[in-house]
Amino acid sequence: MGEGADIKADSILDVKGLCCPMPVVKAKKAMDAIEIGQVLEIVGTDPGSKGDMPAWAKRAGHEFVGASEDGEVFHFWVKKGK
Amino acid sequence: MADRVAIIASKGTLDMAYPPLILASTAAAMDMECAIFFTFYGLDIVNKKKYANLKVAPVGNPAMPVPVPNMIGMLPGMTAMASKMMKDMMKKSGVPTIPELITACHELGVKLWPCEMTLGVMGINAEDLIPEVDPSCGAATFLEYAMEAKVSLFI
Repeated sequence: MGEGADIKADSILDVKGLCCPMPVVKAKKAMDAIEIGQVLEIVGTDPGSKGDMPAWAKRAGHEFVGASEDGEVFHFWVKKGK
Repeated sequence: MADRVAIIASKGTLDMAYPPLILASTAAAMDMECAIFFTFYGLDIVNKKKYANLKVAPVGNPAMPVPVPNMIGMLPGMTAMASKMMKDMMKKSGVPTIPELITACHELGVKLWPCEMTLGVMGINAEDLIPEVDPSCGAATFLEYAMEAKVSLFI
């Protein structure tokens, strides 16, 4: 587990089994459904997401607050910024 | 103004349909404005009868997963076989289908612009296109949009 393990998520998005570009596309939609300041946890299996999630969060105006790996499953925590 | 991405999709094979749709949906998810201009064979990507069944070309394609000599690639059924192989590989890897990507682009507000001139040349009518497309337009409309884009791609 990594640095994100203790972060509390307000909403969880499961994108396991999906690959580029769907994790980012679904994360955007999930982010639209929560409030500013809330945290979305994204759980996926696409290794490309390790680079894509921070890049997406930065561009979309959100704060990337952490990530962890659990075998082949990746967790990302992103705080809604706008 | 939001950052802007302008893409031209000029090819109608399955492998060439993916990059514009993947980049456009991702750009929109990253809060960028995005438009795809579909021209020449790229119009097949938004053609109602064709878009769910785009093909991979086995001839003149040295990058096939199983190398196929051009002489063999010419045989009847080879295009269908190569296309099915590619679609199976995509499905196994969790890659969305072309119609799924079109839906994602549409829902995220990507502009899907059919090229007016090539519609006419190729005898394609507005009703042959999927309902998600925006009104057709010309080169000047695309260039006016692309002038303000930070990323502009010809695919």
